[in-house]
Amino acid sequence: MLKILIADDEAPARNRLRELLSDIENVRIVAEAKNGKEAIDLAESCKPDLMLLDIRMPVMDGIEAAQHAQKLAPKPYIIFTTAFDAYAIKAFDLNAIDYLLKPIRLERLQTAIDKAHALQPNIDEALKPLQKVRSHLSVHERGRVLLVPIETIIYLRAEFKYITVRTLEREYLIEESLTHLDLEFGERFLRLHRNCLVAPAFITGYEKRQNDDNEQQWVAILKNIPETIAISRRQQHLVKKD
Amino acid sequence: MAAILLSQKLSDFLPLLAQLSTLVQPVLLLSMLGLYLLYRLLIKLSYWLGVVAIILLEIGFTCLVFAFMNQLFVFGSSPEIFRACVLTAMVSGIVLYYFHLQERAYSPAIAEARLQALQARIRPHFLFNSINAVLSLIRSQPKRAETALEDMADLFRVLMSENRDLVPLADEINLCQKYLDLEKLRLEDRLKITWQIDAMPSGAMIPPLILQPLLENAVYHGIEPMPEGGEIIVSIYTKLKELHISISNPYAPQNDKHVGNKMAIKNIKERLKLHFDLESSLKTSSANNRYQVLIRIPAKS
Repeated sequence: MLKILIADDEAPARNRLRELLSDIENVRIVAEAKNGKEAIDLAESCKPDLMLLDIRMPVMDGIEAAQHAQKLAPKPYIIFTTAFDAYAIKAFDLNAIDYLLKPIRLERLQTAIDKAHALQPNIDEALKPLQKVRSHLSVHERGRVLLVPIETIIYLRAEFKYITVRTLEREYLIEESLTHLDLEFGERFLRLHRNCLVAPAFITGYEKRQNDDNEQQWVAILKNIPETIAISRRQQHLVKKD
Repeated sequence: MAAILLSQKLSDFLPLLAQLSTLVQPVLLLSMLGLYLLYRLLIKLSYWLGVVAIILLEIGFTCLVFAFMNQLFVFGSSPEIFRACVLTAMVSGIVLYYFHLQERAYSPAIAEARLQALQARIRPHFLFNSINAVLSLIRSQPKRAETALEDMADLFRVLMSENRDLVPLADEINLCQKYLDLEKLRLEDRLKITWQIDAMPSGAMIPPLILQPLLENAVYHGIEPMPEGGEIIVSIYTKLKELHISISNPYAPQNDKHVGNKMAIKNIKERLKLHFDLESSLKTSSANNRYQVLIRIPAKS
């Protein structure tokens, strides 16, 4: 029995998929989600073998959900569904990623599901150019995938091989490069230091303090958390602008 | 632009001595040659820049010919160079204005062709999603599927029609309601719509498919990216003998990663211009997480 999760923000589209899947043997819908975030959260507990993801959804789109899904264990097979998205379809064709065009035909769905028993090529890399800016960062933690909304992140700091993601509640560790994060979220964060990106919305002020080497240094004071972020000499013009 | 090559012809009427034509002819010939050579450069300029450039060129040519003639001492007493330049500028201006009027007079054919090209196109996204939604109704709610297909037929009949004349506003609103019914099918409670049209003039006429593409935009950019949906408000009223149509939708810039809104707006702007010239306007604004489009057209009935 193939366990399937379907994600679409439109109820009739989910309804249609449900009807079609009822005509196919050896499949079972284990969860229905209204957006990408719900899909990942539900997949955590339902452990689907296959995820049918609509591309255009609010909160988190299907492309991003598929990327986060690569961290799930076991990794589900992904099939995208879309009414029209010329750009994505071109990329899918190039990278042999499965997709179904709405309105979906039963035979096409059957063929795609038959393929789902096979191992899927690495789609993570293939999807990257399609995802402009993620809405969440996904954190792999004790066998679980946690989604951290970008707008709750106070700062991102590179430490050794990891990046510390700080929100009001706690810290998370992710394996990404700060340079890539800066490229992706450059509009949301200020690079106050070579190793640190800070969300300006959480900066309440700047202060000159003595650091460990007994030098005077500017630091950023953050809203609701005790830590401060040292500002490198090269970025001090940001302080003066305020 | 090619016609501008003849731009000095009107100077023939100058009641001047025969010797003047020896002055005017070289200027004319030089203009024709010069404008012909500079043709490629000139057409790249905006209209008003082009006008200025041509007038300056003409003055330049005049000065050149005068300088040359004075060198040769062809005339005992040549006319004053400043006066000649002013005259050249005036003649060039008049000729250019004449061409401008002529172009406008002949433009309806061009306008018609442009209108045809600009005729609103529905998003394929909407078409396929709607067909999908109707398919999902066939098994469980065949009656609703029937109505939906009828609405789709009506909508596409108008979208595909060749009619580009003004239509009664009431017809357009009727069409929009059918369109929104279809969208409601997919978006259900997420799509809320408020019509403030009690003060709408009864016999008002508008270009076809002005309102529908704007509503489609509002749904695509305003409602679909919101998990809880939102409200679209349409208000139509007359103010100072003008028809005002306002459409507003919720808008969260961070939610909207899709561009393409500009296309529909630009398209409608151009169609309004072709129908009403400067008497109409389309303005967009955003404030308090809402996006608004305001159309102003002369109240015709």
